[in-house]
Amino acid sequence: MALLQISEPGQSLDPHQRRVAVGIDLGTTHSLVAAVRHGVAECLPATDGRVILPSVVRYLDPAQGGSGRQIGFDALAAQVQDPANTVSSVKRLMGRSRTQVVDVDKLAYTVIEQDGMAVVDTVAGRKTPMEVSAEILATLRFRAEDSFDDELYGAVITVPAYFDDAQRQATKDAAQLAGIHVLRLINEPTAAAIAYGLDNGSEGVYAIYDLGGGTFDISILRLTKGVFEVMATGGDSALGGDDYDQALAAWVIAQAGVSALLNASERAAVHAEARRVKEALSSSASECFRALVAGQAIEKSVTNADFERCTAALTTRTMTAVRKVLRDAGISKDEVNGVVMVGGSTRMPVVRRTVGEFFNQEPLTNLNPDEVVALGAAIQANALAGNSRDGDLLLLDVIPLSLGIETMGGLVERIVPRNSSIPTALAQDFTTYQDGQTALALHVVQGERDLVADCRSLARFELRGIPPMVAGAARIRVTFTVDADGLLSVSAKEQGSGVEARVDVKPAYGLSDEQIAAMLQDSFATAQQDMQARALVEARVDADRMIAATRTALAADADLLEGDERKNIDALIEALSQSITGTEAATIEAATSALAKGTEAFAAMRMNRGIQHALAGKKLEEV
Amino acid sequence: MNLNLQSTDFEIFAIEPRFGLDRAVLDARWKDLQREAHPDRFATADAQSQRQAMQWSVRINEAYQRLKDPLKRAAYLCELNGAPIQAENNTAMPAAFLIQQMQWREDLDEANGLSDLERMADDVALVRRNMLQGLQTTADDLRDWPALAQQVRALMFVERFARDVESRIDLLGQ
Repeated sequence: MALLQISEPGQSLDPHQRRVAVGIDLGTTHSLVAAVRHGVAECLPATDGRVILPSVVRYLDPAQGGSGRQIGFDALAAQVQDPANTVSSVKRLMGRSRTQVVDVDKLAYTVIEQDGMAVVDTVAGRKTPMEVSAEILATLRFRAEDSFDDELYGAVITVPAYFDDAQRQATKDAAQLAGIHVLRLINEPTAAAIAYGLDNGSEGVYAIYDLGGGTFDISILRLTKGVFEVMATGGDSALGGDDYDQALAAWVIAQAGVSALLNASERAAVHAEARRVKEALSSSASECFRALVAGQAIEKSVTNADFERCTAALTTRTMTAVRKVLRDAGISKDEVNGVVMVGGSTRMPVVRRTVGEFFNQEPLTNLNPDEVVALGAAIQANALAGNSRDGDLLLLDVIPLSLGIETMGGLVERIVPRNSSIPTALAQDFTTYQDGQTALALHVVQGERDLVADCRSLARFELRGIPPMVAGAARIRVTFTVDADGLLSVSAKEQGSGVEARVDVKPAYGLSDEQIAAMLQDSFATAQQDMQARALVEARVDADRMIAATRTALAADADLLEGDERKNIDALIEALSQSITGTEAATIEAATSALAKGTEAFAAMRMNRGIQHALAGKKLEEV
Repeated sequence: MNLNLQSTDFEIFAIEPRFGLDRAVLDARWKDLQREAHPDRFATADAQSQRQAMQWSVRINEAYQRLKDPLKRAAYLCELNGAPIQAENNTAMPAAFLIQQMQWREDLDEANGLSDLERMADDVALVRRNMLQGLQTTADDLRDWPALAQQVRALMFVERFARDVESRIDLLGQ
């Protein structure tokens, strides 16, 4: 007879004490939060019942008093009246310098350059894109915490697959500012595939065509028995529904013969009208465009054919990316079993028709294209937090853009090719080119072009202290590591002397830890919380997590340990449990890291056992 | 057998250290291994386990990248058997091979239009297939590692040329 297992109180997770883990789709035009409840993923509504939160933040004049900002629908409603202080489409600014933001002059608010970063100048001061995004994220976090009446354990946040390292890092920084523990950044098309794949129990090769408000992604995935393998991904991180609006607005204004420059308020109004007309054209053959610019009333009937003509170049751009990604995946379009449409912009009939004609099949649209990304992220968040019982879901994603470093003559030496499965690490050896050279400057870039000038600069760092040698004698091994979030770190080591340098590829465009700390101090999202109390809470949460993880490990694999090793670990757990009752965050942290260090060898043994287990019973081929 | 991060790619994937392999088996084992080791499996675990998972997951991907690419796999076999490729120090090639390479380069320079380029791509693909067949014989039947290394170096030229043809085709597509 099998013995029932009974856990000690507080030792294992009570089934009713599920960890609150959510998926967040931080979109260009709107954002959503979703969670798995009673086994089903659903978007969480605000108190007014709406699930969509416009990604718009309006900063109010501090001199007027009041709370200082409006977020979502209130901000959106004020956009025409107060364009300069109402920040929309901030996702386009994430991880970018001002010059890298496409059409920065067409934005209705002022963007300036600060420390190599695009920053919005508002009546309430300069706001980094991360701070603006954090307002949106914090709003969604509070929504989730209110829905569950519990603290948020963590979130999966989605990013466009085509986001580069700087844009991903900026997104993670924004989450940190909003007080959210990021379980994982996942790619939007991959999230959509999870929602679709699990819903339909599909197998085979799927193309995910994701046209959002400001970004376009195309991913090819292979689905087999719960494994979502991304074969290739591509796209354009500055192409979306916004561009269709702009193209339509420009066309109407040209047709009306208006040559005067529009002021910010008019631009915002024309853009909003263009969006309304575009949306109306999804369900009717023509729509009247009405706007008042430069004292002139415009009234122009726009047909679907007009719309398709003036936006044709944009649709063509997406299809060029589709062809390229099929080549990268090494498959032909006939091998694609299904095409999934994601993102509000795929509601445009012209987009659906073009994609359908290309793949010679009707695209799948049975899930709401606005919600599908958040739903997929929620399913993954639930699995990562350990709530899901079926451990079958596994994501194997890729890096979207090649990584390389600058070599002599401004050329790029490619080190991690695009579409490599992550996590990944690749090493490359370099040498000195002058006698007695003691330092080496490394410049890390991302992109597909051969010239450094055409790629995205991610970071520059120096390896110093190389022992003087003749040119070409030093052997410097540079290792690029891309983690499961798609984030890069680089280390360099001179093989002879052991001199090392390490950088997280962050300072170039992201925020330093000090900047984050400073922002957290005066951030709206956490202003009410005492920083010290927060540190204590976090230390206790980490300690609890560590104890729980160690006990789970012991329950499964204690037989790997010798008697003394086991006693040592038990003692460290006991010491940590004691420290939690105290109120010194530093003491708790020290005990946590002592336990972490004390279980290092055990973790290695367990991992090896897991690997053996993966192929257990499988004989060497053809032995 | 006890596996660790220093085990060979073949050992980790539990397949014979041969050139010929069943791609379906390789793909399936890659997924089985990642199911155990992927960092997503350790999202709630302690930092130690997370680091271990990261190292293993990276190692498994590295092995997979090498094993699934015939050229890399052959080069790896050479290395394991004491005949490293050393492509940058060893560029000696038979004269006939060099003449063919020069002829190809000339043809590529003179090629105009997609049909020319696609015909070249097909030609190169055929040569590549035949060379891979030769690799398999040298590796699995003759087990002649220095000869295999020489064939790998030749194939590297051919693959480089195939990539150049492809990028010309890409340029036309834009």
